[in-house]
Formats: sequence, structure tokens, C-alpha cells
Amino acid sequence: MTPHPDQALSDWLLASADDEMVLAHRDSEWTGHAPILEEDIAFANLALDEMGHASLWFGALAELRGEDRAEYTDRLVFFRSAQEFRNIQMVELPRGDWAFSMVRQYLFDEAELLRLARLAHSQSEPIAQIAVKVQKEEIYHVRHTHAWIRRLGLGTEESRQRCQAALDELWPFAQQLFSTEEGAKVLVRDGIVPDPTEVRLAWEGVVGKNLTESGLMAPTAHEGVPLRRDEHTPHLTSLLAEMQSVARTEPSAVW
Amino acid sequence: MATVSVEEVWQALDEVMDPEIPVLSLIELGIVRGVELDGLHACVRITPTFSGCPAFEVMKVDIVARLRKLGLDAVEVKTSLSPAWTTDSISEQGRAKLHSYGLVPPPRHAGDPELVISEAVRCPRCGSSQTSRTNSFGPTLCREIYVCRNCREPFEGFKPI
Repeated sequence: MTPHPDQALSDWLLASADDEMVLAHRDSEWTGHAPILEEDIAFANLALDEMGHASLWFGALAELRGEDRAEYTDRLVFFRSAQEFRNIQMVELPRGDWAFSMVRQYLFDEAELLRLARLAHSQSEPIAQIAVKVQKEEIYHVRHTHAWIRRLGLGTEESRQRCQAALDELWPFAQQLFSTEEGAKVLVRDGIVPDPTEVRLAWEGVVGKNLTESGLMAPTAHEGVPLRRDEHTPHLTSLLAEMQSVARTEPSAVW
Repeated sequence: MATVSVEEVWQALDEVMDPEIPVLSLIELGIVRGVELDGLHACVRITPTFSGCPAFEVMKVDIVARLRKLGLDAVEVKTSLSPAWTTDSISEQGRAKLHSYGLVPPPRHAGDPELVISEAVRCPRCGSSQTSRTNSFGPTLCREIYVCRNCREPFEGFKPI
């Protein structure tokens, strides 16, 4: 059975918002802990950018469902359980070492930038508007994280090893960035979202080239990570316990 | 009965300052997209600068507070995303104010910020172009950090988007 296009669009918006929101939270965990002050500032900014992007996707979802943007966003972020989140597993994994967080952000940003360039021409006006806006901010992310991949890959033997280890661990998870949910096929057909397979090929091209130039190897293993967005690791539960604790202490509070 | 003109509303909006760059009004920042007035009911449309900027919510509250002082009964602030805000929307007057505030105005890029990201920036203190960017990210989402190799002072620039 083909799902209703509005339901498919709803699912897609929620998945996009959740990816950004959960990644933003993981990134924000480096605030006060990054290796140098400049990087502490930079990564906190990246986290805030991703949170801003999440709020745009949540807002579009609220409009589609006829809900109040602010109230609905808070409800989704603070009062859903892990099973109800639709983010990919890559963004919920613990932050690991610096190389791990940088590689994760880099792999995510390259995919996001490629996807946004295509979404800017979406047949859905609200999606195209968000994509045009977010794209300009993401350019800075990719420049930053790509520079870090080069720095780590071409730095010391230890930094290269840590970076390669992070790549090997994250690579199978990164495949979920391009998974096609059953419902999304109707959106691809209607020109609302790009074909994930085409985005993946473009991503493999640019990421592969940049990794080689940074003295790193793109892994080949793809198996082991489910492609469905309703399956999570236990790490998401602990992340949410922290992220939602204040809001759940006083659900009626006005912020 | 009191009446309020559209011009008065625009003038009042020019007195609402960006909370993170308090020398710049919302008009100079270029985020006000339209004003509609129906008797004593005003609707102001604004567009966000950086998506995650926390100042945006403060601006909405400040707009309502300022316009109410004109004697309006109801003030509604609506957000519109398109066309997306760009740093090219900052007015000439706004740029001059940024410069004297010590924040280098964003270079104009006519739609492609990547064209100007690597452009040399002049130190707002000594005017030297011997400067380096030390961080593309700064104390707010819209700022970058530089250092001047001539006068050795650090300074900030507005990030072009």
C-alpha cells in the first residue's frame, strides 16, 4: 500500500528534524571540553546551527499538521520516548574522542550539503525555502570539518590512526544517511526530495576523494546497521534522559 | 481616537535594536519584510538571519513592546523565510555602524557567499590588510574571529551568508 503523500512528507520532515536535533545535542556535549578554546567556540556554534536547522524542519512539520510551531516543537523534542524518535543511529552514538566527533560531523555535513543543494529545487515550497536558507550556513560546516579531517589525517601517526578508527566504526552507520524508507519513494517520484541513491553516489565521490587526499581510506564494509529509522541503540535513551530532564520536571513551565 | 501611520511603525522599528549587535536597528539589519496596518492592529513580517540565532525570539518580543508604545491595540509578528536573508541585506548605514562598532561589515557577494569567504579583511583599528582569520566561528553565530598581524589586535567580522 502506498502511504498518503502528506503522511510520507510528515515522516520525512520528522526524520530530518530528529537527525539535526540529536546531532546538535551530541555536539553540544563538547562545550567546555574541546581540545582548544577556538574549537570549543566553533563546535558550540555548529551545535547551535544544527539546532536551528532542526527547528526549521520541526516548524514545517507543525505547519503541515496545523499545529502551533513552538508548542509542537517542544512537545516533540521533550516529550517523546526513544522509540518515537526517527533519527539515524549515527547521530545518537556517544561523542567518543575528538576524531570520532569530527568524522561523524564531516560525514553528516557532506551528505547534508549535497541533499540541500537538491532540496533547494524541491517541488515543495516550504522545503525549498528551508533548504536555500540552511545551505548557506552548512557551507561553513563542511569547510570546517573538512579542514579537521585533513589536519587529523595528515597530522601525527596517532591522529591519523584515531581518525581512521573513527571512519571504520562510523562508515556502516553512515549508510543510513541514504536509506530509502518505503514511504519516501512517493516523495522522490513527485520531485519533493532527491533520490537517496543518487545523493549517496555523489557523497561517495566527494568524501572518497577528500579522505584519500587526507591520507585516509574509505572503508568498504556496509553491513551491520539496520536501515529503518525506528530502531535505536540504548545510547538514545540515555541521551534523551539528559536532554529532556529539565522540561519533564516541570511540564507546564513557560520558557 | 488615536491614529497611527505606517510611516510611524517603520520609524519605530528603526529604533528596535539587534540584541546581539546593539548598534544596528532591525531596519538596518534588513530583516523587516513588510508592515500592514489595519486601524490599531499591526502585522510585521520579519525574516530570520541565522537559523539558530537566539536573538530572533528576543527581537519579536522587542518589536511588540516598541509598537505598543505607539498606542496600537494588537501587534502581530510573522516570520517569512523566502527570499532568504543574506548579509547583502544590511544597509549602507548599517555597515558604517558595524565598522565603527569594531565589527568588520560582511563583504557583498550578490548571492554566492563562497566567493568572498577567502577575501582579505581590513583591520578595523589600524586599517591594515595583513590579517588572518583564526576562527570561522565566534561569540555569536554571525561572527568570525580575526587577528591583525600589523597592530596585533584580535577583532571580529560579520560572517557573509
